[in-house]
Amino acid sequence: MNTRRIALQQSLAVAGLLATAGLWPGRALAFTKAAFDAKNMAEAVRALGGQPPMASKDISLEVPEIADNGAAVRVSFSTTLPRVQRMLLLAEKNPSPLVAVFNVNENIEPSFIINTKLSESTDVLAVAMLADGRVLFTKKPVKVTLGACGN
Amino acid sequence: MSDMRIRAQASGNQATVRVLMTHEMESGQRRDAAGKLVPAWHIQDLSISHNGRPVMTAEWGPAVSKNPFMQLVIKGAKAGDKVGISWRDNRGEIRSQEAVVA
Repeated sequence: MNTRRIALQQSLAVAGLLATAGLWPGRALAFTKAAFDAKNMAEAVRALGGQPPMASKDISLEVPEIADNGAAVRVSFSTTLPRVQRMLLLAEKNPSPLVAVFNVNENIEPSFIINTKLSESTDVLAVAMLADGRVLFTKKPVKVTLGACGN
Repeated sequence: MSDMRIRAQASGNQATVRVLMTHEMESGQRRDAAGKLVPAWHIQDLSISHNGRPVMTAEWGPAVSKNPFMQLVIKGAKAGDKVGISWRDNRGEIRSQEAVVA
């Protein structure tokens, strides 16, 4: 009885896995290589189909003032703006500035925390791309004591 | 299966989801002992589902830290709901995991 229950649980787990993995065929082409190859924010935003970004106070960004270790720097960013389609995180002086893109809809609060690598002291930028076409950003500097280029 | 840890906590009309993944996230900038550039190897696409319905995707470059940590908030998620997370890296490896909102 016990083994049967375990076997059943396992097969359910596998079925769940396959169902989730089944999401991939439609999503496999999501990765926008041109954006990650871009050398600055404007280029990255353009590669994602956005207008030139404008500075905004409606995006909040929290970074440490000083990061002892650039290999893992915790960054929080969010916005209260309505109808956000994408949130972007960039580190201006990284070899490839674009760190991450979050494609959101009304089911997701546009508020994220992630650990990023910083190769040297740099401005960190958080960008919101809105459904009305506006692209807004805010930035904050981080002083990095030990860079992450070797990581 | 042990390489993703998900914690989902309901509060009010939403759930905060914290995920810890296991991945090398090789930057593509590092050189090995012989001075050769180690190729980038990183999680590239993520997909997040709520009760089996996709709610969000993400694209990551190699600058996300090794063993990535991510926090996100799903609106309308309550205790007992299921949150699923899948990732695919640039070598085509895939991991999926599901957790129940507490």
